[in-house]
Amino acid sequence: MFFAHEGMNKQTKNALASRLMQSVTILVSLFIFVMIFVLLLKAEPLLASKPIFELLFSSSWHPSRGEFGFYPFIIGTLTVTCIAMLIALPICFLAAIYVAEYATGRIRAVVNSMIDLLAGVPSVVIGVWGVLAIVPIIKVVGTDAGQATTGYSVLAGGIVLAIMVFPSIISVSQEVLRSVPVSMREASFALGATKWQTVKHVVVRKSLPGIIAAMILGFSRAFGETIAVLMVVGNVPRIPSSIFQPAYPLPALIANNYEDVMSIPLYDSALLFAALLLLLVVAGFTLFGRLILVRLQRRSV
Amino acid sequence: MKNRKLEEQIFNALMLASTLIVVGSLLAVIGVVIVKGAPALSLSMITQTSNGGFYLGGAGGILNAIIGSLYLISASISLAFVIGLPVALYLNEYAARSKSADVVRLCLDVLYGVPSIVYGAFAFTLMLILGARASLLWGIITITLLIIPIMIRGIDEIIRTVPSKLREASYSLGASKLQTAFNVIIRQILPGIVATVLLALGRGIGDAASVLLTAGYSDSIPTSLNSPVATLPLAIFFQLSTPYPEAQERAYASAIILLGIIVMLSLSARFCTSRFSKFVIR
Amino acid sequence: MQTITKPHIRVQNLNVSYGDTQVLKNVNVDFPRRQTTAIIGPSGCGKSTLLRSLNRLLELTEGVKLSCKILVDDIDIMSDSVDVTNVRKRLALIAQTPNLLPMSIFDNIAYGPRVSGMSWWNEIDGIDRMVERCLRASGLWEEVKDRLKEPASRLSIGQQQRLCLARALAVDPEVILCDEPTSALDPISAQHVEKQLQALSMDYTVVFVTHTLRQARRIADNVIFLYMGEVVEEGPAESFFSQPKSAVTKAYLEGAFS
Repeated sequence: MFFAHEGMNKQTKNALASRLMQSVTILVSLFIFVMIFVLLLKAEPLLASKPIFELLFSSSWHPSRGEFGFYPFIIGTLTVTCIAMLIALPICFLAAIYVAEYATGRIRAVVNSMIDLLAGVPSVVIGVWGVLAIVPIIKVVGTDAGQATTGYSVLAGGIVLAIMVFPSIISVSQEVLRSVPVSMREASFALGATKWQTVKHVVVRKSLPGIIAAMILGFSRAFGETIAVLMVVGNVPRIPSSIFQPAYPLPALIANNYEDVMSIPLYDSALLFAALLLLLVVAGFTLFGRLILVRLQRRSV
Repeated sequence: MKNRKLEEQIFNALMLASTLIVVGSLLAVIGVVIVKGAPALSLSMITQTSNGGFYLGGAGGILNAIIGSLYLISASISLAFVIGLPVALYLNEYAARSKSADVVRLCLDVLYGVPSIVYGAFAFTLMLILGARASLLWGIITITLLIIPIMIRGIDEIIRTVPSKLREASYSLGASKLQTAFNVIIRQILPGIVATVLLALGRGIGDAASVLLTAGYSDSIPTSLNSPVATLPLAIFFQLSTPYPEAQERAYASAIILLGIIVMLSLSARFCTSRFSKFVIR
Repeated sequence: MQTITKPHIRVQNLNVSYGDTQVLKNVNVDFPRRQTTAIIGPSGCGKSTLLRSLNRLLELTEGVKLSCKILVDDIDIMSDSVDVTNVRKRLALIAQTPNLLPMSIFDNIAYGPRVSGMSWWNEIDGIDRMVERCLRASGLWEEVKDRLKEPASRLSIGQQQRLCLARALAVDPEVILCDEPTSALDPISAQHVEKQLQALSMDYTVVFVTHTLRQARRIADNVIFLYMGEVVEEGPAESFFSQPKSAVTKAYLEGAFS
């Protein structure tokens, strides 16, 4: 009545299904390593022929002469990302606190739907907008400030990038803020604190690690964003001397030059090396951000 | 005392201003694109394909890109769903709370954060190794890989909200893990699944960097998996890159079309969520 | 009247721990066939744990370690050769708060039979007659017969609990296990459910956990008293309540602690 042979079909079906699902899960999680391996494979010729120091720190980029100095591109990426973060971090921090703590339910719902909508806007469209609206403004502002500029600049790239990372940083920060337990806020109020004091000393303090993690993740998002930045940043392989000058971030390098890989030796390795760099940096940031979140959880338990 | 009040007021103003900036940027983006693109928006944009003269300012439309994107995304979403759903179910119903589940989620988090250009470069590498040319097939492969982590994360997060009572009810009636997963869990998370699929759809259809290297481009509607295919984001990109103002204007119009599709997906996600929650237990 | 028949369920040497805390110590009890047995005791002493080990639902909880032999009609259901999903059908569990499945009233009840092989599509397979029978047995038929396809979540909580009862009956169990079945209900619904349980004990072995002594007095044929994870006293209800043997039992019955 109870024995297994009665339900054998069911048990084998179960075992089979569970094995199948497990295999797919394992394959999917191994994929990141496959990616790294494949990119490394193709980038290897370049790494074998040139010392890594030269690749990372030389400013001389002349592929047809066999010179592959990635420094301007690395600096370009860093500059644009840092400008974007300088703009986005304070705005997102303050906006998240406002929406999570001060806004009424209706306003919060509306603002959050708009943030969700912004998250869905494709990078091409933001790029188009950047070309239409931001570049001309920067051209005017820059020339007025005495810097001859076409408007295609790291500043334009930074602004566009900031808008792209707004949604992710704000929504994660909001979640962290709202997860502060009501009892903690009540304790603060019961001791006579005002709303602002409670927010400042209790809620934000408790949420800080999570918000920092959100910012790190935002940084990593910004690092890899390609199309929108490409359209407004100028794509000139020189280290920018001011925010009104153009630059050439790594993702743009790959996107603009993939067609020429067959015509110049080692060019394919170079571009894929750039892709590998991006992958490793972003992976590193993701792991770092996650580590902080784990530490946070462990401490609060 | 007065200092504290002042501090509070300053911060209140800053917070409000920041929120307005965020909201304003959305309105600015949509507003400018619509204003600039509306003049060039016409029926022929969505009913005709582009031919040679299109990019020089001549007649035509982006039907090839619209259809191309649709082909691409339908195949990718289906593949990503078929792969992603079992993984999310496995993580929660079979391997819940185990160390390996944490490791898997970490790998998926990393994959989620990988920029789309890297997915494109990876597929491109495979194409180089295999000697393949840019085509619909490679576009599908790339986009599928791109949206699998999004799909898994979305479904995973929803399954985690399923109360354990539900599972208990099912098990105590003699159901197996498989039966519970597919008859009870899925029914409970149906609205969430729909929302995730639509979200992934929006992400996949709007991504340019991944298809840039792998799907090629074409003026006609693809006839086989091996033909290159035009996609909406690239259509916008290429039209904008021409020196002809008529073509550039149509780029803005194409942007409106793409935005319109995304907004429709976003709204359907909300609508479907309520539609499918008839049997959901709160 | 006590006939000397073999007990339906025998629990032998049940030990359960969560992590480092031992929750049940060396429990040895019998559950007589077709009678109602109440498991009583103060909160936190292991009543629910004991109940859930009977249908092997306990092993799904994280961090739990258990060792025992549980004989149902002389077959050890803890052994590896036994299909656990079969066990759970023979010993059906009703939880403290109704745990509905996200389906209609009809589908909630039909779920059990369907997962054990009855067709998912064929409602003419006698399933609707079975659903009606179970709803009548749990006293819910008249109230829901016109809205069987509606979501189960729309019922009142008392009706939901009776639905869970009907659902448990649909898998044709021999034993009905109830974990504080009326503690979440209002008095009128509680009365309904108690009435049904009493009627059911004519055909099924009923085991229920309760923390209200009055409920045990009302409907139990046998009583098991658990205190701090150990069985202090067990036996027929009459003699248990009128002549308790242990001092702890006496103290509990007098309300010294709860």
